[in-house]
Formats: sequence, C-alpha cells, structure tokens
Amino acid sequence: MHEEIRGMNERVKKLRSQSENTEPSITAERAVLLTEAYRSYEGKVSTPMLRALSFKHLMESKTICINEDELIVGERGTGPQATPTYPELCCHTLEDLDVINNRKTISFRVNEKVKKTQEERIIPYWQGRSMRDKIFKRMSQEWLDCYEAGLFTEFMEQRAPGHTVAGDKIYQKGMSDLKAEIEAHLTTLDYTNDPEAITKSEELQAMGICADALITFAGRHAEKARELAEAETDPRRKTELEQIAAVCDHVPASPPRSFWEALQYYWFVHLGVVTELNTWDAFCPGRLDQHLAPFYYSGLKDGTLKRDRAKELLECFWVKFNNQPAPPKVGITLQESGTYTDFANINLGGVRPDGSDGVNDLSYLLLEVIDEMRLLQPSTNVQVSKKSPDLFLKKAGEVIRKGWGQPSVFNVEAVISELLAQGKSLVDARCGGTSGCVETGAFGKESYILTGYFNLVKILEITLNGGEDPKNGKMLGLNTGNPEQFKSFDQLLEAFEKQLRYFTDIKIAGNQVIEKLYAEEMPAPFLSLIIDDCIENAKDYNAGGARYNTNYIQGVGIGTITDSLSALKKHIFEEKNISWPELLDLLHHNFHGKEERRQFLINRTPHYGNDDDYADSIMQDVFKCFHRSVNGRRTVRGGTYRINMLPTTCHVYFGSVIGATPDGRLAGMPLSEGISPSQGVDLNGPTAVIKSASKMDHLLTGGTLLNMKFTPPVLAGNKGLESLASLIRSYFVLDGHHIQFNVIDAETLRKAQRNPEDHRGLIVRVAGYSDYFNNLSEQLQNEIITRTEHSNF
Amino acid sequence: MRKGIIFNIQRYSLHDGPGIRTTIFFKGCPLSCWWCQNPESINPHAEVMRQPERCLGCSSCLDACPEGAVRIGEAGPVIERSLCSLCLKCTLVCPADALEAVGREYTTQELVKEALKDRFIFDNSGGGVSFSGGEPLMQPEFLQEVLMTLKKEDVHTVIDTSGCAPWTVLEQLAAHTDLFLYDLKLIDDLESRKYTGISSRLAVDNLKKLTERGLPVKVRMPVIPSITDHYVNIDAMVKVLKECGLGKLELIPYHNYGTAKYSKLDLEYRPGTLEMPASEELSKIKGRFEKQGIKIINEDD
Repeated sequence: MHEEIRGMNERVKKLRSQSENTEPSITAERAVLLTEAYRSYEGKVSTPMLRALSFKHLMESKTICINEDELIVGERGTGPQATPTYPELCCHTLEDLDVINNRKTISFRVNEKVKKTQEERIIPYWQGRSMRDKIFKRMSQEWLDCYEAGLFTEFMEQRAPGHTVAGDKIYQKGMSDLKAEIEAHLTTLDYTNDPEAITKSEELQAMGICADALITFAGRHAEKARELAEAETDPRRKTELEQIAAVCDHVPASPPRSFWEALQYYWFVHLGVVTELNTWDAFCPGRLDQHLAPFYYSGLKDGTLKRDRAKELLECFWVKFNNQPAPPKVGITLQESGTYTDFANINLGGVRPDGSDGVNDLSYLLLEVIDEMRLLQPSTNVQVSKKSPDLFLKKAGEVIRKGWGQPSVFNVEAVISELLAQGKSLVDARCGGTSGCVETGAFGKESYILTGYFNLVKILEITLNGGEDPKNGKMLGLNTGNPEQFKSFDQLLEAFEKQLRYFTDIKIAGNQVIEKLYAEEMPAPFLSLIIDDCIENAKDYNAGGARYNTNYIQGVGIGTITDSLSALKKHIFEEKNISWPELLDLLHHNFHGKEERRQFLINRTPHYGNDDDYADSIMQDVFKCFHRSVNGRRTVRGGTYRINMLPTTCHVYFGSVIGATPDGRLAGMPLSEGISPSQGVDLNGPTAVIKSASKMDHLLTGGTLLNMKFTPPVLAGNKGLESLASLIRSYFVLDGHHIQFNVIDAETLRKAQRNPEDHRGLIVRVAGYSDYFNNLSEQLQNEIITRTEHSNF
Repeated sequence: MRKGIIFNIQRYSLHDGPGIRTTIFFKGCPLSCWWCQNPESINPHAEVMRQPERCLGCSSCLDACPEGAVRIGEAGPVIERSLCSLCLKCTLVCPADALEAVGREYTTQELVKEALKDRFIFDNSGGGVSFSGGEPLMQPEFLQEVLMTLKKEDVHTVIDTSGCAPWTVLEQLAAHTDLFLYDLKLIDDLESRKYTGISSRLAVDNLKKLTERGLPVKVRMPVIPSITDHYVNIDAMVKVLKECGLGKLELIPYHNYGTAKYSKLDLEYRPGTLEMPASEELSKIKGRFEKQGIKIINEDD
C-alpha cells in the first residue's frame, strides 16, 4: 500500500518512519544490569529494597538514547524497537531465543552476542528462579492439567501484574514532592505498636529510592542532550537539544510547567514502569486530553505554545509508544496475545471529575493526531457520554470509517456504573475509563489485574463428555455423567455450571498462589509511587497497596457456546430430531461424511446475534452462570474477583484445543470473538447484533468487547456517518460497554492474504486492539475474514 | 387480524427514508420492470429460490417433492417450475438451504413485533419503518392495519410505492402514513408498458392527486441506462413534477447486485447486461433536471 501524505511535518514523518521500519530486536542490556544488581544485593537487603536498588542500577546505567530530531526522549531499550527481557519473570532458554528470532510473526531479531550473554550470564543466574519457573513449580497437578488442556490461560506466568493507568497526580507533583511525602510518612511510623512498621518502612524507602532513580535517569538525558547540543552544527537542532536538556532538568523532579514538560514527564514515568517490570498492558496516560488541557490552554494564552507545536509534540510522543513493542512472549502467552502491541490505550472525551462534559479542544486535536499517525501504538479510544457533543462522535466516526480500527468507542455512563457497582467513589469512577482492550478501571487508583482467559466452550465440551477431555480421554472435570441421562435442558445447564465452578475453583486456587508470590517476591516500588494510595498505605502495588484491587477472569466464546447450547436445546430436547448418541458421534468424528447433518445444525438453530430471544436467553443463562461462579470471590490482596468478556487473540488458541461443537463449528476452528456473534451467523444486520449483545448485563462486568465489520459504502456520506453515530448512541442507551468497527470488505482481506507484500500497511481490528494484517497468524486472518460483514444497498 | 406476505425485513436501512429504518418488503408487484433487482418480489406467493452452490447432493428434496418437480443437476438442484405447486416442502427438508422459501405469511401482530425491534434506534436517529416491495399497495388492508398499529406506537412510517394502485387505496393509506416515497420510472405510456409492464397513467394521475391534497411525497427516479435516462423521459418527468408543484427529485442509480437472483428463480433477466451509470452520466442527467428547475437531492436532504 502506498504511503499517503497526511498532515505530518518532516520531523514527524522521519521519526514515524524510523519507528515503523526498524525491526524489533532483543537487547540484553536490562537483563545484564538487573543480574548485576541481584548479584550485589540479593540476600543482603529486603525484597522491596532489592527491587528498588535494581531499578536504581538500571536508571543509572542503562544506555541513554536521544534519536535524531526527536523532542520527547527516552527508550525502554537501547534504541527504537530494541526490546529488553525480564529474566526475573521469564528466563528465556536458548531455544526460546531461536524461536523468537525465527518465528513467522511477532519475531524479534536476536543476535549471537545476545544469545551468548543469555547463555553465559543470564541463564546461569536465573534458571529455575524466575517467576515463571516458580509458578509452574507451585501449581497443583489439576491446575497444570487444565492449563495444558487449554481451559484457561495465566497472565502472570511470564509477565508481571500491571494493568493500571496513570491518573492526574504526576501533573501536579514532582518526584521530589512524592519523595517528601514518603519522608513525612516514614517519620509517622510507630515501630513500637505497629507490627507492620518495619515492612512499611522498607517499602517506603524503596519507593523513595525509585523516585530519586527516575530523577537521575532524566538528569542523564539532560546531560546527553547537552553533549549533543555541544556537537550540533545545525543551530535549530542545537536550540532544541538545549530545550530538551532544560525539560529533563525540570521533570520529573518537579511538576511540569508546560505542555512539553507534561508529555516528557509522563514519558519518563512510563519508562520507569515498563523498565521496573514487564507489566502486561504496559502502562498508559489514560485521560490525556483532560490531563494536558491546563498546559495547552495556558501555553496558548501566554503565547509559548501554538496548536501546531502542540500537535508536533503529541506526534513525537505517539512515536515513542510505537518504538516499544511488547516484550517477547512465548508459549501459551504468545497464543493468547499474539501481537507487538503493548496495549497503552489513550482515552479521549469522557466526563470531568464534576461530571461535566470532558471533551475539549485537545480531544479534537488528538483525533487529528491519531488519524495522521496511523500507528499501532498507542491504541486510542473515545469515551462517549450522553453529554458528549455529536460533533465529537462524528469526528471520531470520520477516523473510524477510514477503516484501520481506531479509535474504539466506549460508553461513559456504563463505565461509571460498572465502577460504582464495584464500590468506587463517584469522583474516582468519573476519573476512570478503559484500558488495555476494554477493561474498566479507576485510573491512578486501582490495580485491576486480568488473571487469565477462561474457555467457556471447552467446559461445555467436557460436560458433554462426562468430565473427560475428548482429546485424550483424560478426566479433567467432575464426573457429571453421560449426557444421555439429562432429562431436560436445565439439567444439562446444571451440569455445565457444576463443571464451570469446579474449573473456576482450580483457576482461582492457582491465582492465589501466584498473587502471593508477586506480593512477596516481586514488589513494584516505582509503580507504587504513581498509584494512589500505595504511599499512604506504605504498601506495594503488588501487595494490595492501591486504593482499589480487582482481579478479573475473562470469559471467551460466548457466541459459540450459546449457539451450541441452542442447538442442543432445540434439536435434542425440543424437536428431538437428533439423538445424543448421534450428536456425540458427529462431534467425535468432526462431522466427517455428515455435512448435511452439520448444515442442518447450522441452518436450523437460532443463533446469538440475531435479536432472537430463543438464543439470546441462553446467552444470558451462560453469562449469569459465569458471573455467579466468579464474581465476589476475595483476592489475596484484599480485592474482589470480577468478570469481563474479551479475548485478545485467545479465541483462536481456545478454538484450537476444542473438537467439533454442536453449533456445527469444526474441530480446531476459532471460537466467537469477544461478545460478538459467531462468525457469519448474524444475519439480521447491525441493530440486531447490538440488541442481542445488550441482553447481556454489561454493568455486571468490567468490560465487554463487541466488534462489527462494515463494508465501506455503509458508512459513506453524511447519512452513513450520522447513522454510525446513532448506532453507537443507541447501543449505549442499551448499556453496551464498547463497540468497534472494521470497515473493509472480505475481498480486500483475501487479496491481502494472497499478496501480503502489497498490503504492508493494512491495519485491521482484531479484538480490543488493531494490528497489521500481515502480523496475524493465518488462522486469525481467516477468522476476521469470516466475520459477518454488514452491507446495505 | 389480517395477514400479509412479506419476503424480507431489513433492519438498519439507510436509504428508504429519514434516519435508520426497518424496511419491510411486501411480496407481489403489478409491475415487472426489466431492471428489477428484487425479482423475488414480483410473484405474490411464497416461492422457491435455488442456492445451488450450497447443495450437498443429499437428495432429500427429491423425496419431499410431491410433484416430482425437483431433480439434482450437475450444479445442484433444478426445479421444473411448471410442475412446482409452491408447496415449499423441499425448502423444509433441505439442510443446507440450497432450496429456500422466499416469502412468508405474517399477521399484523407478528409483523409489528418485528418492526418494533429496532424502535430504540428509530428514536435515536429520527428513523422508523418503511414499506417497500414489491408493491406494498397490493396488500392494502393488511398494510393499513400495520400502519395504524405503528401509528399508535408513535412510529414514523414511509410507503415506498410505484403509485400503481387504485386512487382509493392511496387516499385511504395516506391518512395513516407520514410519507410516500414515489418511484416514477417512465412517463411515456408505450415505453412504460414495454419496460414495466403497465401503463404510466395511473402513477402520474395518483401523484397529481396526492400533491393536490398536499400529502407528503418525495419522488424518486431510477436511473436505468438506455431505458429511463434519455432526455425525452427526463423532460417529460420535469413536466409532471412541475404540474404537481414539485421542485425536487432524488435519483436512484441502477445497480446490478440482484441480477444473480434471476437464475435462482429461473427467470430471464431481460436487459442482458446493464452497466451501472457512470458518475459523468449522472451529473449530465442532474444538470438537465436542474436547468429546468428541478433540484436533485440526495437522501441526506
């Protein structure tokens, strides 16, 4: 695809092109520095101090990179796309590194030097001691069997708990201010009467070291900028470098005074968080338009900032996100999240803390930035409230209909209701939003950990096989008996619920161990500085220090399981035109030679996604079952378990471990994605889909994900755009949480599949994120092609 | 309660009136326009449509057909239409929907229930329900009952018509609907008879009567290359519009998305191949109308 000329200036074009055209690679620098720190301090200091001193060593020693012509500085690795590893979490074997280097998609270049370092310095120290090793060692046999069978995944097996978003604190307080708060808190500790005082003191001191370390890191950038300025011959760039030095001298030590400083401050914080640990769903500035507004308006007012300059700075900032691919994943974690995206997801619009409309001039400016940059990272979304002007939604719609999958659209009233239902205060809820794919959180104040995807369809398969996994005959579940003994559909559902609870128990029992491991062995004192109320509680983010703590389990395959149950209800229990033995035989043999029976099941079964209460009420039953099974359980950190409904790329992996299903789906094929209907069965148009989807009680979740595919003509013209806006608003009236669109026809995608070289720039919506079509596995490409495309003549 | 025969209910319709609409397609049409892209709309009875590419060759249709009208050819099911009694039994047994029934009976209550499913988005978009076809005026009592029920529910309605019905039918229904979308095709009577199978007189007269009474009408003209797009027809259309005191017209360019349906119904597509009108052609036509004082509007207006 040819590169369109959009509004970017030369500087931004250059930086963007560097970001896009640099091959992702692995750098061993972090692993080496971290290992040095552990060798020096492990066993000599408390664990929080060990982590803080490691962080300090990294900030003091890692390579400082200032790319040509950039204005926002700092990289996670040694340069753009150079990606560090986290051996304390996952110590890659040499074979892992080969796989990472050679695999067809989501590969990273690993040179011989890196391999040698890994072999000689990293593996000897970390083998058997990484969190990954410890976790698998401590899991029960049941857990391991279920994990192997693909009943659930585990987010923390090679990435640290993360999933949180910055609030507005950093725009008001410098690291020095936070340091002062820590010092003050330390003096109030009561070592005589508070048995926790020593633990608190260690944690607070660790946070203090991290605050200083980030200041040091920024200072090293200032120093480097001055060096470069010295040598610079171009007077314009020389001045810029001097300005960069001045910015880095001021932030993050002190609160930002200008738009530029605010962006640079956030960026240092971002780098701190993602260097300290590999937190999945990286980190995110959250409500960027609102956070930056005071700096923007005051800059315009006093003449120190112009709109174009603000845009340029934002575009430079955008490139920094794209320079940092998510650190390499392996094994099942790669399968559940097969993408370079690190899931920073910037929120626009929404409401302000007082509940008034949050859309401001920057919201519109940022939409322009998104459109011009067309980068995978950062992801972006618009938070639409009933107070948001139609203009905002239409402007977002203009970007959406260009068809590259951004921004996604969220319902502010639903997000707030979800947060309130979880017990957040009204103001904290209004300041919250959505991050990662679609996950609701109280920004700056909550640790909301996704713990793993949950394979609802596999549980049905096991139920239909009396507790056995038909793949290998292994008894994985409870013996709920041969399905032939179920006298009614309700009995089948009861058996399913029993199995669901059983597997939830196994998953959560494992989670508790993992959570405790992280709380005790992998504190995150730097992240704790940023998230309220870790300082006040003198408690680490990973130990429950945040104001709110939530754990999620994410249900996958609601469309497939609903359609499967609908087929069983209708044909076995009601019309009795298929018997249990025949059905089980069909599934067992993957419908081999019985295509007419498969077509019969497909064509004579009511499907979720058609606004048909027959199927939709089954969806409600399954949803309630899942909700009952998970919701309200307690976490180790003193939080609560909740559910959400999203898959990333896990619907493909989960499908690959399941045989044929009663809805006519063949063995190994992907499951339905998010809360979207099964691929190609929704035949009554987009309004029927949103009606069906809204029969789920979204407000009981922490996020649901609905994707729709439109052919471009449906959204053409003013009428197409207005209708899109109406469709979104209407879904939100029905309490829908999130909606996003692919605007492309299947033919284009098929062409892209045949001629990937000609379609290098083609971006599609996968689940809660967008990706290059060429970066997707063939199965995932096919899955997207088979989604129903809504057209309209 | 009355019953009618419907062959499609299309939700999220953007081109049949204001806002987002549900369009209900009535089966049966007194016209048989050469270019018709809904050939399944013409026959007033439910009928069988073949989707041969879906056929699995299981032969269950052969056993089900009481008339011996179905056989399996090389490319799926073949129907001897002269033998078919429209009993639709083959469509009930075909597991793959390679033989599909087009058209089914709805009671007023059933149809209104379907129509109201998208009420939430009518409210949000200023939309409503549109009746198209086929010719909805061919089932006037049923249509009236449905319209009256929707009126009670405060839903905006549109009738998309050829105007080819007795005046009393239009007059009667006008009291219960918010807007007529009135498709004028060919003004010359002979041409009209040739290409639509019916005289143009009724449509023109009815349009005059509707406008004389000040009833809300929006006229649309299908632009069919080499059939409706010639200047004589355009000028005649201008004359009719002016006589009716109408200054606006919407053009609906021909498309051929429905052509494949002819073979599925074993009908002949008389124009053979027709290209969709090029945008230069459309602007020429637009120019000719506008020069004579007729504003060409698009659906957004």
